[in-house]
Amino acid sequence: MSFIFSLVAVTVLVLVPLVGVTVADLRWLFGVVVPYAAVATFLIGVSYRVLKWSNSPVPFRIPTTCGQAKGLPWIKTNKLDNPCSLPAVIGRMFLEVFLFRSLFRNTRMEYHQGPKVRYGSSKWLWLFGLLFHYSFLVVLIRHLRFFTEPVPMWVQIVEHIDTFFEMGLPLPGPDGLYVGLPLLAQSGVILLAAATLLFLRRVVIAQVRYISIAGDWFPLLLIIFIAKTGIIMRYVLKVDVVTVKKLTMSLVALKPELPADPISFMFYIHIFLVSFLFAYFPFSKLMHLGGVWLSPTRNLVNNSREKRHINPWNPEVKFHTYAEYEDDFREQMIEAGIPVEKEA
Amino acid sequence: MATQTPKPQEIAKGLSHQPPSENWMDTKPEFRSGMYCHPVKVASLEGMGGAFAREWNPTEADWKLPADWKGIVKDGLKDRLRRFRSFQVFMDICVRCGACADKCHFFIGTGDPKNMPVLRAELIRSIYRGEFRTAGKILGKLAGGRKLTEEVIKEWFYYFFQCTECRRCSVFCPYGIDTAEITIIAREILNLLGLQIDWIGTPVNACYHVGNHLGLKPHTFKENIEYLLGDIEENVGITIEPSFNRKGAEILFVTPSGDVFADPGIFTCMSYLILFEYLGLDYTWSTYASEGGNFGFFTSNETMKRLNYKMYAESKRLGVKWILGGECGHMWRVVHQYMDTMNGPADHLEVPRSPITGTVFENAKSTKMVHVTEFTADLIKNGKLNLDKSRNDHYTVTWHDSCNTSRGFGFLEEPRYVLRNVVNNFYEMPDQTIREQTFCCGSGSGLNAGENLEQRFRGGLPRANAVQFVHEKHGVNMLANICAIDRAALKPLMDYWVPAVNVCGLSELVANALVIPGEKAARSTNLRGEEINDLREEAGLEPIEWPEEDEEGGEAGEEGEE
Ligand code: SF4
Ligand code: SF4
Repeated sequence: MSFIFSLVAVTVLVLVPLVGVTVADLRWLFGVVVPYAAVATFLIGVSYRVLKWSNSPVPFRIPTTCGQAKGLPWIKTNKLDNPCSLPAVIGRMFLEVFLFRSLFRNTRMEYHQGPKVRYGSSKWLWLFGLLFHYSFLVVLIRHLRFFTEPVPMWVQIVEHIDTFFEMGLPLPGPDGLYVGLPLLAQSGVILLAAATLLFLRRVVIAQVRYISIAGDWFPLLLIIFIAKTGIIMRYVLKVDVVTVKKLTMSLVALKPELPADPISFMFYIHIFLVSFLFAYFPFSKLMHLGGVWLSPTRNLVNNSREKRHINPWNPEVKFHTYAEYEDDFREQMIEAGIPVEKEA
Repeated sequence: MATQTPKPQEIAKGLSHQPPSENWMDTKPEFRSGMYCHPVKVASLEGMGGAFAREWNPTEADWKLPADWKGIVKDGLKDRLRRFRSFQVFMDICVRCGACADKCHFFIGTGDPKNMPVLRAELIRSIYRGEFRTAGKILGKLAGGRKLTEEVIKEWFYYFFQCTECRRCSVFCPYGIDTAEITIIAREILNLLGLQIDWIGTPVNACYHVGNHLGLKPHTFKENIEYLLGDIEENVGITIEPSFNRKGAEILFVTPSGDVFADPGIFTCMSYLILFEYLGLDYTWSTYASEGGNFGFFTSNETMKRLNYKMYAESKRLGVKWILGGECGHMWRVVHQYMDTMNGPADHLEVPRSPITGTVFENAKSTKMVHVTEFTADLIKNGKLNLDKSRNDHYTVTWHDSCNTSRGFGFLEEPRYVLRNVVNNFYEMPDQTIREQTFCCGSGSGLNAGENLEQRFRGGLPRANAVQFVHEKHGVNMLANICAIDRAALKPLMDYWVPAVNVCGLSELVANALVIPGEKAARSTNLRGEEINDLREEAGLEPIEWPEEDEEGGEAGEEGEE
């Protein structure tokens, strides 16, 4: 149900600019107004949520410890999985955010009659996830070409590396010669492939399908469609990059101007979907991008025996004091030879 | 108990991890005897000043919720979203990747999809969306949102008291989402409606007013320990006179009260007494702070604080220098991650220094509380204990890492170091079931009641199964641990799934191996009153030559325990 709903939603999102641009000629709306609005929503929304999180208190120091703590000096500490200092936390967070450390631990439980519970290694999610996020990053970086003039060196380097892989995969050609296989290892295509794999995983694994809601299907489908429209523009329609750049640069310069030469409707679909993704971002689970940095089970030093952690709202509570206790049991205590503060 | 617990084979056969066809929002839990805990007694809840104490029964339709229950829950949620970053972030960022799904022992043991940590969290996240977030309000179920109804509250009660707050899910989550944290907060909210289980509520009340879970009054607490001293005298041949509430002692010793009265915890307790006597430690017990465990942790952070207060207060009153803590799981999570924050700073204490080895425990320089196992490890490292580990040769031991000390502390090597120094035969369970990936006993977080045995045995299946693996492979016959709940819970769990395996605290193995100066023939029985040479014979080992009985020595080898 939530899947069909998401599919319909994404389809509508494709149709809106299609009709808007080809029938109603709302190029200004889709080329200028929507992207601006989307970027504004993204920036405001993301800042709002991140500020809200970072302003909320962390009453207790609750890292999930995944290795040996710092203890007696002759016992080896597992600094990265149980950080005992700020640099160690930074190391842990680096592994977590950039290499998906925790996902790398993933196992798969197998249940056999007997009962026998066994655990297999299961790195697929880690691999798909890593591919997905890194290819997404490369795609984003490569798109900076459209928003910078001159194109910064580092963007060009990323592009180069990416293109190198594009050309670098040799395949036997029809007459025994090796020809480059274009596309296969190019970031946009990897992105599409990885998103599709994540999607299939969600469909195929019964438990994951069971927990999925629209908020899971929709962004995946949206990204799949974005990747598809991008690939079609680049490799099939071969949209005129120079014209597109005229538009995008005018947006960056805050002097929006629709170029005189026409741009394919596919471009408008692409940019509309991207805009929607940006605007949707702060309201969705995609905020894990920000949240992962703020997760108290990962980003805190595990040193609460060594250094007192302060709870800003440490509550006032009623205690049962020793004096009250002794009042309740004084006689029995004396009889049992337990020392008391006040003799009866 | 009411109904019969199903046989292990019945549970094993009926287990499937395939989710049903209906959407989870359309299914309801069935309150089946053996699978849930009894509601808290009115007096216990009232004793702690808890709200809406009343008689009610989970199997009945009417839970007698307070008139404005909905408002209370919504305000409770809002308040906690504001006060706990963990809760707010965890509500917002789960991507439902499912990495945590098959990590929960309750899911593995029941196949109930709502025991997948992600879905357990969604039980509350769906309300967060449906009541507080626009998309969820408009799109409802499609966007994973739903409205707060009485059915939801019942579901919460069922599933948040079917989570042992073990944090195993958190280890695998790419964002560290800790369903235990969500359970902790869900239980706080259920508490606002007077919904609490008796096995938590009643010990909490006893602990608060009397000092320990069972409500052992000062003299009874002392008598209990004296009873253990009698056993020590009989089985080890040494006479010990510990002190209680003694001012001016160097160290205050606090351990979970379970060790003072329940088998096999009592053997751990006897071991502490023996070890401290061996060392000539200047320490005292306290009848006021006679509970190391803290079931308040399983109700609300305020209750946890109210109970925990006694440790520092008593250490101050008695004027001790530092606190030594016994073997316990959740107690050490509280001591490690909460105590100083809640009831510190403990400026009246000194940075702990072992009077025997001179080691200063820098790692505990703020809480000023040391774990008996690190204390022991330090003793061994410095050669202060005369240990004959062959005395444990009839045991083939495996090590159970307790959830709290593993994932809420990182106390993994200290016990292993001690263990390797007191036993010859030690085999680890498979990697995916130990250390930070360890499996819960199935009875943590206050679920070790008597009426929910099926729930506990199901939850304990992954742990028991890993024990079975090493039992079959290496002949493991002893499951050692450093947790009072484990000692109480793993024994019946083993009897159920792997009957040939026994359970003990780590300190018991230390005491077994300890060569006590002038020890007598009485030493030929272990703390459990068993003839050691009989056990060795069973294991095909040479008997030990015990010293001759001297004229004063008592009769050795009398059967004490069953
Ligand atoms: S592993 Fe974390 S993000 Fe993934 S479903 Fe579980 S709680 Fe959500
Ligand atoms: S904390 Fe433990 S019991 Fe609770 S959901 Fe996570 S794995 Fe399951």
